[in-house]
Parts: sequence; structure tokens; C-alpha cells
Amino acid sequence: MSELVLHKVGPGCTVQDMGRPGQLSVGLSRGGAADTMALIEAAALLDLKAPVAGIEMAGMGLDLSVTAPMRAALTGAVMQASLNGSPVGWNRSLSLAPGDQLRIGAVRSGLYGYVVPAGGIATPPLIGARATHLAAGLGQALAAGDHLPVGEDTAPGLPPMALRPEERFAGGEVRVMPGPQTGLFDAVTRARFHATAFTRSQVGNRQGVRLDHEGAAFASDTKGIASDLIRPGDIQMTGDGTPYILLAECQTMGGYPRIGTVIPADLPRVAQAAPGQVLRPRAISVEEADALWRSDVDLLRAARARVAPLRRDPHDIPDLLSYQLIGGVIRGDEDIA
Amino acid sequence: MSETASLTPEILPFGPDGVVLRLGLSPDERVVAAVQVLRAALENAALPGVEEIAASLTSVLVRFDRARIGRTIVERAAAEVAQGVSETAGGLPDPKRRWTIPVAFGGEAGPQLAEVAQAARLSEAKAVEALIAAPLRVLAIGFAPGLPYLGLLPPEWDIPRMTDLTPTVPRGALVAAVRQLVLFTHPSPTGWRQVGRAAFHGFDPARDPAIYLAPGDEIRLERIGPSELDALEADNADGLGGATCQVLR
Repeated sequence: MSELVLHKVGPGCTVQDMGRPGQLSVGLSRGGAADTMALIEAAALLDLKAPVAGIEMAGMGLDLSVTAPMRAALTGAVMQASLNGSPVGWNRSLSLAPGDQLRIGAVRSGLYGYVVPAGGIATPPLIGARATHLAAGLGQALAAGDHLPVGEDTAPGLPPMALRPEERFAGGEVRVMPGPQTGLFDAVTRARFHATAFTRSQVGNRQGVRLDHEGAAFASDTKGIASDLIRPGDIQMTGDGTPYILLAECQTMGGYPRIGTVIPADLPRVAQAAPGQVLRPRAISVEEADALWRSDVDLLRAARARVAPLRRDPHDIPDLLSYQLIGGVIRGDEDIA
Repeated sequence: MSETASLTPEILPFGPDGVVLRLGLSPDERVVAAVQVLRAALENAALPGVEEIAASLTSVLVRFDRARIGRTIVERAAAEVAQGVSETAGGLPDPKRRWTIPVAFGGEAGPQLAEVAQAARLSEAKAVEALIAAPLRVLAIGFAPGLPYLGLLPPEWDIPRMTDLTPTVPRGALVAAVRQLVLFTHPSPTGWRQVGRAAFHGFDPARDPAIYLAPGDEIRLERIGPSELDALEADNADGLGGATCQVLR
């Protein structure tokens, strides 16, 4: 089987897919990619029927090579990248062959970048998925020297494509629907919460992110409530009234009261907000939230409409001076696929 | 409330693909029993479009496939199921299985046993006797994979969580708070107090089954000494740590 061979690996690199829905009754949260839209966009770039498992890189990338020709997509947070020493842009697919060296460095905007081989990473599924879920003890962080099996790329000859990504890498508005415990907060506290511009704290990981703000804590009348089921998107108030938005790898039960739930469509925006960026909650009704729901199939269809053949940006051409730039023979930006 | 009253849960949103049927905010015998009965009734009803059903001590979650079915229909169907269920005065449904799990109490295995006993106004010896005598049930699995919430303990065990977390308790730690016990499946921080430790590993993804316990199971704790715990841990390929399971029905 083809493999990805990892050489240098950043500290927060894991295999992720769309996670393990349906395991709440045994205490396992869905997990999967922190930014599921990035896997959907990768599937669109690679012309796949459904998202496949890729590598999630939290802030720092990795160096990799391949043992067989294959395509791969680079999506999610924009990261520095080069192929055999020449810079490559993000939100695109590219072809890799044995001997090629793909180097992915530090993140430029957002937090979680993804490199997704067209055949999908094909490690043995564990409880129905390949997603690493460190909090649950499923899988482990990737390390230099790892060889990851990859499924077959059924169309390795397809040309490189470019994607216009869904905007989600600079914080902004996140829509919040009522949850089971919204009513435990009084109307004044809820209104103040939804009128506050929060800063994404330094504290955050795949389980959740803390929100900082000036002003009073968000208190509730919830002494003695039982631990109850929680989900990604829930906004928990810790004992001192500090909000945390739960992400893919959260626990399944929690004792802290929750003021509402960030809708799934805006969860990638939360996951990709870097420390210091502003997140503004906006209250929407259950009916509005339900109307905004889209299936992964619909999201993939919509993402395909944002894919086009790669047009090389002159900035990405390292040997620009060797091109014939005068006389209009070559403009420098035409398709060179 | 009479024995024949039907359940009237609050029906609340849980994301765009879930509804929660909540029977109370804090656990007591009536609420935890009603949750188990309602959960079983919802599972038996096999409502079309429902993807999963899970329960806490106080509520039942119904998560559905939004591509197939809408919230209104699920809410109506779930409310109908709840109406068809009589609130049982007799407490929890009979268990299907009884687990006996060896536990070392106090000392290094349970460094906060004395605190817990004091909070429950019992001697350490009486506290351990009470834990061994308690007809514990798995009321919910959650927080982490396979992690059981056991209870309910008698009212004197309504001990609050600590304000400061213990940074880490080991796998197998038995901790107490709010009339419940939790048996940790992984090393974990906790605000609950550690009274004992078992060699029982409730979750191992490489094992079949990965998770041993199920909601509704009866749990009996069996007292062992620290050296016996060491011996069980030394020879523990199956992760049972000396636990046995009896099928009751």
C-alpha cells in the first residue's frame, strides 16, 4: 500500500476524519477534525465523493514524502509550504511523486491546517473511524519516522485545482442557538453575553477554547445541578463564570451550566480563531438555527462550486526571471498545469 | 405524584440535530429511575430517523438525522413515548447484569477516604461498609469512554465537589461526590475525592468489548487490601482486575 512518510513533525499533528458520531451513550464524543470544513474542502479539491482522513496540523506543519504517485490537498489554516524547495500556495491540490519533499511550516492565519492525500489515510479504523482522539486514548500524536498507509488515488492524473475557502480564519460573528440550559441564565445575563465582543484566549485546544472579556462574569442560578450531556459548540460557564466554547474533542458530560450552543456552521470559525482574535456571539432562534443546518453532502456540493483549475500566481513562481515576460508572449499568470 | 402518572419531561433543543427530554435538574431516586425507564421506552420505540439515544442522570438525549427528519416530528414522537410511560414508584428497573469489582479503600489507594467519611459523618470503617453494602447501579456512562457514574448513595453522601481540582488521579481511581461514585477509565483531573482504587479498566479500545459496563448494570464493590490490588494489577491482561459479571436475566 502507498504510504506517507513523515520526516519532521510539529507537536500537534494527528490523523483526523469526520469523527465518530453515535457513541455518546458509551461516553465517546464525536471528535474528528477541529475544522470539518477543511476536510470537506479537501474532498472538493480532490474531486472525492466524500471527505477522507487527512493530517491535522495545529500551528506547525511537517515534512513528508510519498512512496507512490498521488494527489494531495492543502486546506484549513494557511501554512507556509514548499515542494522540493519551491513555495507552494495553500487551498489547492498538488501532485506528489516518490522523491518529492513537501515541507509544511508555520501557520500564517488560522490555527488548524490540513494535508489530505486523495486516497485518504488508511490506518485501521478504531470504533468506526480513524480520527485520533487523545482525550479518549484513541490513537496518538504523529511523530517523525511514522509511515501512514494511504488508499489508492483513483485519478492521480487530475490537474492541480485551487479553492476559494469559506472565510473563517479571522474570528468574527458566531451564531448561538438556545440549548437545554439557556433558561438557567436570566434574560439580562443572556443579553449581556450576546452583546459582548470576546477575545479568543491563549487557553484552548481541541477540547475547547476559553473566551476572555472585560467586565463581570456570567453568573447563573445553577448550584447543585447534575452533570448533563454536552456537545461541541456548547458554551460552558466555569465556576467563576468564564465562558468556554466546546470543540470536537470535548467530554460527553459536564457539570458547568451552558448558556447556548454555537451552530455547527460556525464552529470551524471558533476552532480557527487564533489567540487574540475577536469572537462576537449573536443569538438566533431554534427555528433560525434549524434553517441554517446543512448536511455534509450539501456542504461538499457547495464547496465544489468554489473549486477551479489552478492559475499560478506570479508570486508563486520562483524562477520568474527565466520566463519570457516581454512582448506579451507570456503574461505570467496563465494556467501552467 | 401517583404511581400511574405519565412522564412529562421538559423538551429542549440540543444543537440542530438533537432534543433533550429533561426530567429534573438534580438527581434523586425518582428522577434517575424515570430517566432509565424513559430511555428504555425511547430505545424500544425505535423512532424513524433517530441516530442515537443517550442518557445522563437527569435527561435523555435523542439525536436524529436532520437529512431525514425534522425537530417538530421528533419532539412530538418523543413526547408521545414519554406520555405512554408510567412513572414507576418502585425505582430503577431490575438490572440485567451484576458486576462485582474488587476495590482497595483508603491509604494510598484512597487518600481522601477520611475527608469523605467525615463529610458523610461516618467513621472510615463505616463509610467503607456503606460503600460495599450500597446497591449501586450504572446510572450513566459519560465524560470519557466507558466511565461509569454509579449511584445513588444514601443522602448523607451528598458531598459537594471540591473547589480545587486534584491535578490527576490514576486509572481505576474510585471517587465520590453528590451521592455518586465514578470509577476512572484514564488518569484524569477531578474535583471529586478519591476513596479507593480498582484494577478494573472500564475502557480499552484494543479490547473486545472495548467497554465493559452498560447503563443499568448493578455494581457491587468488594473490599481488598493494597497487596491484593498490586497482585491484580500485575496479572491483568483482560483489564477486569478481578471483576466478575453475573447475568441476571
